[in-house]
Amino acid sequence: MTDIDKTAGPVDTPPAGAEAIKAIPVRHYGRYVSAVIAIALLVAIVYAFGQGRINWHAVPDYFFDDRILTGVGKTLLLTVLSMLIGIVGGIVLAVMRLSKNPVTSSIAWFYIWFFRGTPVLVQLFLWFNLGLVFEYINLMPFYKDYWSNFMTPLLTALLGLGLNEAAYMAEICRAGLLAVDEGQTEAAHALGMSHGKTLRRVVIPQAMRVIVPPTGNEVINMLKTTSLVAAVQYPELFRYAQDIGQNSGAPVEMYFLAAAWYLIMTSVLSVGQYYIERYYARGSSRQLPPTPWQKVRTNMLSLGRPKGGMA
Amino acid sequence: MTDKLSKSQGTPAEGTVPMVRAQDVHKSFGHVEVLKGIDLEVKPGEVFCLIGPSGSGKSTFLRCINHLEKINAGRLYVDGELVGYRQQGDKLYELRDREVAMKRRDIGMVFQRFNLFPHMTAVENVMEAPVQVKGANRAQARERAMQLLERVGLADRAGHYPSQLSGGQQQRVAIARALAMDPKLMLFDEPTSALDPELVGDVLDVMRDLAESGMTMVVVTHEMGFAREVGDSLVFMDDGVVVESGHPRDVLTNPQHERTQSFLSKVL
Repeated sequence: MTDIDKTAGPVDTPPAGAEAIKAIPVRHYGRYVSAVIAIALLVAIVYAFGQGRINWHAVPDYFFDDRILTGVGKTLLLTVLSMLIGIVGGIVLAVMRLSKNPVTSSIAWFYIWFFRGTPVLVQLFLWFNLGLVFEYINLMPFYKDYWSNFMTPLLTALLGLGLNEAAYMAEICRAGLLAVDEGQTEAAHALGMSHGKTLRRVVIPQAMRVIVPPTGNEVINMLKTTSLVAAVQYPELFRYAQDIGQNSGAPVEMYFLAAAWYLIMTSVLSVGQYYIERYYARGSSRQLPPTPWQKVRTNMLSLGRPKGGMA
Repeated sequence: MTDKLSKSQGTPAEGTVPMVRAQDVHKSFGHVEVLKGIDLEVKPGEVFCLIGPSGSGKSTFLRCINHLEKINAGRLYVDGELVGYRQQGDKLYELRDREVAMKRRDIGMVFQRFNLFPHMTAVENVMEAPVQVKGANRAQARERAMQLLERVGLADRAGHYPSQLSGGQQQRVAIARALAMDPKLMLFDEPTSALDPELVGDVLDVMRDLAESGMTMVVVTHEMGFAREVGDSLVFMDDGVVVESGHPRDVLTNPQHERTQSFLSKVL
């Protein structure tokens, strides 16, 4: 990428004998103006919130409230379990979709079509009310009960979120598997590896490089989407925050509190994603990008030394 | 198609069993017939070169030998055994994937684009098949892999990923990877075509060394010098048929057929 500021004069050392260009760089007044406007708007917004009738002290008061912490725990549990259902289901669906059997591949297509094409909130309500269709659940020798007893809020939430996620994960996995060069499969087959071994040892590790980044997004999305299950009576972070807000008379404050907790959790997840991506990038580029810690360390070491002046 | 498959005789000739025997091999992709009846024999221990213009079917034929492509008609034998099928009486039974994989263990293949596994280091690439396919002990497989890398002159690059190696180095690792399965036959699909000219020599040296050790090799190549020096037999293919065959020196210096003459006049 060329920097616009440098177009006025080359930074490289000029060839011997040539006169170095010393020009006055172009002034970009527009940049100063836009920066000032942006800062002014920001200050105005912060001021407005500070002035508003929001009792900010309620946020730290309830930040580590037992109910909030329980809610955080349940939100995380819901995220992990729904993603597990989503990832396992997605892999199965992706393999079905890529299979040569027209029956399995069309069933997978239909599943993805339905679950991607309807809102997850609608799906949650459908699961919750499926008792109208199935009065009993009857797994002959093991279990028999009314649907409404069987379909607890947790199960509704898990199925609703997990099955929906499976449809998205299926498309992500399929794209990943298709992204691996066909020569890789051929080379593995030529070495006498079976289909299963080829998939496990050669194709999937390479597909992971394509699969991991969007999956990280899906996890973060899922964490936020769990707030919808308040609608099917499963209490999690958002639901508890709402309850506290109604009882303590600080509803808006509790929304801010919930938002802060969601931000903290998604930030932690992003860091985790960075390391997983780094792991699967091995071999794909000549040099792995440094970890944030390594960056800090090299910056510390280079402090106090002239740049590039190492013997 | 099926009547052509069932008409051949099946018992190999007297004396040594040829390593590869093709009888009237046909192969089509859709409506395009790529191989139009190939007959040839590769003797054990010989270096067999396949030359010809691109699109002549030589790479396709090579891929048929280890059943990466299915032939449509004719018979193809490796070491006296039918490729991809089992014959019982008059009937042919397609082999299961597992059985095909079993037979491929004995046939090494080197690709034009190397096809090393990019997520494994050089030594891991070489160890992979012995460990995963033959169930070899990891430590022993690593030791053997190091010997093979030494043999192709890359012991000092064992811990490098393919992306950190030059094309010529990658191709030599790929040869070591194929050799790790102790194959009785090696297939080379234009092994030097994707390389910078100055890197070709290293790969050819490794192949020459391999030929001297008595390995049976089928080589699709554009390196006429290599074919002349190292080859024992040479076949010129064009448009899906064998146009001319014989000793490389004879075919290359004194081509009988007009199509061979015109091809050689362009490449030599």
